[in-house]
Amino acid sequence: MPFAWNLPYLSVFLTMITAILLSVIPGAKRAYWITVCVSAIVTVMSLCFLAFIVKADTAYAFTMGKFPAPFGNEIRFGPLQGLLTSVFAAVMCLSLLGGREELFEDVDPKKMGLACVMFNMVLASLLVLTYTNDAFTAYVFIEISTIAACALVMIKDSGPTLAATIRYLFMSLLGSGLFLFSVILLYAITGHLLMPQLHDGVSMLMADGSYTKVLALLLGMMTAGLGVKSAMFPFHRWLPDAHGTATTTSSAVLSGLVVKGYAVLLITMYCRVFTLETVRAFHIHDAVFVLGFCGMILGSVMAMRETHAKRMLAYSSVAQLGYVFMGLGLGTPAGVAAAVFQILAHAFTKPLLFVSVGRLASTVGHDKQLRSLRGAAWSCPLAGLGFGVGALSMVGIPLFGGFAAKVNFSTASIFGDEKVALTLGVLALSSILNALYYIPALINIWSEKNPSVKDAEKDYTATAAIILLALGVLFLGVCFTPVMNLIVRGLELM
Amino acid sequence: MLHTIIENRFAITAVILFVTGFVNMMVHPNLIKKVVSFNIMDSATFLMLASRGMIAGRTAAILTDGGADPSLYVNPIPAGLVLTGIVVSVSVSAFSLALIQRIYGVYGTVDMRELLEAMKKKGE
Repeated sequence: MPFAWNLPYLSVFLTMITAILLSVIPGAKRAYWITVCVSAIVTVMSLCFLAFIVKADTAYAFTMGKFPAPFGNEIRFGPLQGLLTSVFAAVMCLSLLGGREELFEDVDPKKMGLACVMFNMVLASLLVLTYTNDAFTAYVFIEISTIAACALVMIKDSGPTLAATIRYLFMSLLGSGLFLFSVILLYAITGHLLMPQLHDGVSMLMADGSYTKVLALLLGMMTAGLGVKSAMFPFHRWLPDAHGTATTTSSAVLSGLVVKGYAVLLITMYCRVFTLETVRAFHIHDAVFVLGFCGMILGSVMAMRETHAKRMLAYSSVAQLGYVFMGLGLGTPAGVAAAVFQILAHAFTKPLLFVSVGRLASTVGHDKQLRSLRGAAWSCPLAGLGFGVGALSMVGIPLFGGFAAKVNFSTASIFGDEKVALTLGVLALSSILNALYYIPALINIWSEKNPSVKDAEKDYTATAAIILLALGVLFLGVCFTPVMNLIVRGLELM
Repeated sequence: MLHTIIENRFAITAVILFVTGFVNMMVHPNLIKKVVSFNIMDSATFLMLASRGMIAGRTAAILTDGGADPSLYVNPIPAGLVLTGIVVSVSVSAFSLALIQRIYGVYGTVDMRELLEAMKKKGE
């Protein structure tokens, strides 16, 4: 076994051990920089691993502990997992850098260490949700991710964030309860928890037609459970409050990454355990498609009515996650690949938007009403440009990641056998709706400078974060064919 | 019919408990009762899981005098899973209760509707 195959395990271990150590290490700045370094190291490790696994063109199941399958625990990784974790870790690092100033203002210095524990825990759970090959481990890390994500909302410690956290927490608990119950049902009818064994069990049951009702029920519960957690319409009500009120870094991490972890797990369950044929046989994909469809339209409509910049971005996340579910709902490998691409594109774009809005708002005393941000871009032109890149990508202008995602969805629907007109229609409609609120917001921040607005203070880390996130969006928009090939190969090796 | 019910008594109880917990968690405005409902929901899954591992006439999988014959013991994996699940559920409950305490400190209520009204009054 080459040493590189240890990197996924080591990256999980590093983040978890850092989280534990940070709870006793004093000093706000130290804790923050340790967290930034750890996420940077994990990015490098994941990229190295990605390079090796792409070269080897294989997927590998790594036994955790001394018990082999089917008793022990495993992680399984291929090119897709390497790609996803590289992006997740990189975006985590950039979000931390981008929201640094506001993070230190919003969080009590004595509690900074604990906040950093939560950032590390979120990263660890994202890595595990991507790598894991065991359904029960997935459940445990879903709960870890829930607690850590809720803590990230409440670190600002103001009234509205507390209320948003409790709503987020209870919705999340409903979701994880559904997921747990479906995993237990799956265990009851197959006798396994490791995904390859589950896959064999499910195919056997599907072949002889027994327990099909239970299978349909648990598949629906699992989809609904993970759907609640990744803000699938109509379970999205918690998201705007939670993502809109939190501090900039938390909003970027929650919108860009945390909700994606559950979507990735759902994709893994669909592809590795149930297979897309089973999902299609129970028509679960139709339900997912319809909910994704509604989310795309209604998320944008609600974003249009918002006057608060961060809540507008949060509603836009509901719409963007709708795209992911629409892709899954096509029920074809191409649709799933397009959904994965959308996860990556949105993981760069949304944190870019949140970080830019955070920077722009810092010039007007952290007032995030769109009205107050009028002309703010002139006092911090780079953040204005960053917002521009993000907004144009969301609308779907060529050369940006969002455009490539829309192209992928269209291609996937045309080569599928159903829902072509619906998909193309909703893509067009959603692009128009996105334009209807992103373009006015963009014009608003670049309109004539308000003389009372002071120039932004220099913040090199935020500058670097905005530039790198924007480069990520451009990279996905320009080089989308190799990325797509990698995703498709990764899904085949799932 | 009766035979089926008796045979599946644990599963049926678990489903009833799960639905009770689930519905209460969705509709009950009292935050503390939401936490209680969440615990009922989790207990239902643990009951379901533990009953799946039970094999009549066998004992817990603890080696005492070196008798390693697997046919003597019940399936120990569900027990391990239940233990893990309990740990998760305890930490989530603790977190929720601490959060509710903070909310009570700020808004003076543990009722979701009153909380939303109090927020509206404050203009948040």
